[in-house]
Amino acid sequence: MAMTQEEILTGLGEIIDEVAGVPADQVTPDKSFVDDLDIDSLSMVEIAVAAQDKFGVEIPDDQLKNLKTVQDVIDYVRGAGVSA
Amino acid sequence: MRLTECLPGTRILAFGGYQPATVVTNDELAATVDTTDEWIRSRVGIASRRIAGPDESLADMAAAAGGKALAASGLPASDIDLVIVATCTPETPIPNVAATVATRLGIAAPGAYDLNAACAGFCYALSAASDAVRVGTSRHALVIGAEKLSQWVDWTDRSTCIIFADGAGAAVVGPVDDLDTAPGIGPVVWGSDGNLADKIFIKDRGSFLVQEGQAVFRWATTALHPVAKKACELAGVDPTDLAAFVPHQANLRIIESIARKLGAPQARVADDIVHAGNTSSASIPLALSRMIERGEIGSGGAVLLLGFGAGISYAAQVITVP
Repeated sequence: MAMTQEEILTGLGEIIDEVAGVPADQVTPDKSFVDDLDIDSLSMVEIAVAAQDKFGVEIPDDQLKNLKTVQDVIDYVRGAGVSA
Repeated sequence: MRLTECLPGTRILAFGGYQPATVVTNDELAATVDTTDEWIRSRVGIASRRIAGPDESLADMAAAAGGKALAASGLPASDIDLVIVATCTPETPIPNVAATVATRLGIAAPGAYDLNAACAGFCYALSAASDAVRVGTSRHALVIGAEKLSQWVDWTDRSTCIIFADGAGAAVVGPVDDLDTAPGIGPVVWGSDGNLADKIFIKDRGSFLVQEGQAVFRWATTALHPVAKKACELAGVDPTDLAAFVPHQANLRIIESIARKLGAPQARVADDIVHAGNTSSASIPLALSRMIERGEIGSGGAVLLLGFGAGISYAAQVITVP
């Protein structure tokens, strides 16, 4: 069964809290990593690595620049057809 | 054929470091390339770096650091019979730097060679020296990491010129008769992966250093903490018993990420990069010698060293502070 929007959002919130120190409750789908959450390209790499561990979806470096908002990552993870 | 009997172990007798006098601040770089002090500090953690003077050679820096370590060891030069210089920035393909440095330090006719494992070089050289002393082919060894990266950096490339710097660091390695009571050098955990050779390279003599920052960052923050943990395990030292963690000073964000995953919250983590920049093979002995000088780590403390970089190559071992 695929992970839901809410499950991935919760998992991402935990990751972003740990990697970048942004409280999980600020991690909402419409937030932009750079403009709203002040997350830079290196933190995005750390988030991608942690997301791979948590969701089993690899996010290569060349895809990172396309993932501008929290919803973009959720869509990417869901699009990869992860099963829970 | 007959082999000599192995000694029980080896230890580091003393460290020494050398930094060139010229300081280059972030603001000075921001005046020539499109960057800012804030950006450099947040992405790589560097505030300033040291650059060799126009007439200052790699051998000058290596000899300065090596001479300090030798003096601090209390040994006469005649007790050293192996000199290894870890460097990836030799000014000449031949002769090597090690023989020149040995002669300058008054070390007569030692085994002398250069070793290139880029930013992992010091840990490789330390392991090679330790093994040589342990099997009895050398009584004492002088190990030096020295780099003049400034001559291989494109000073108009903002992605690399903000990072790399010059300097040297050294250690004197000697034998240990009783491992139970004496400090030591633990077993090395080392490796390489040529599949990632294109992530950090200098193509040829007319070229500058090129680095794929994100790929290196991803590799360093995912592949290295198991290497670090394995070195602790082989040395029989729990990470929670480390006095300090001294990784290659590549990027403060990489250092912090590995330190977090190592699980050694009590250990002092080297942050020499802030004022030294990334000096490749020199960064570990340089950071260590400065931490010891400042009294940040005391004699007898267990310290985890972790070198990593181009090749790619990596090496880690636990040592005891002399």
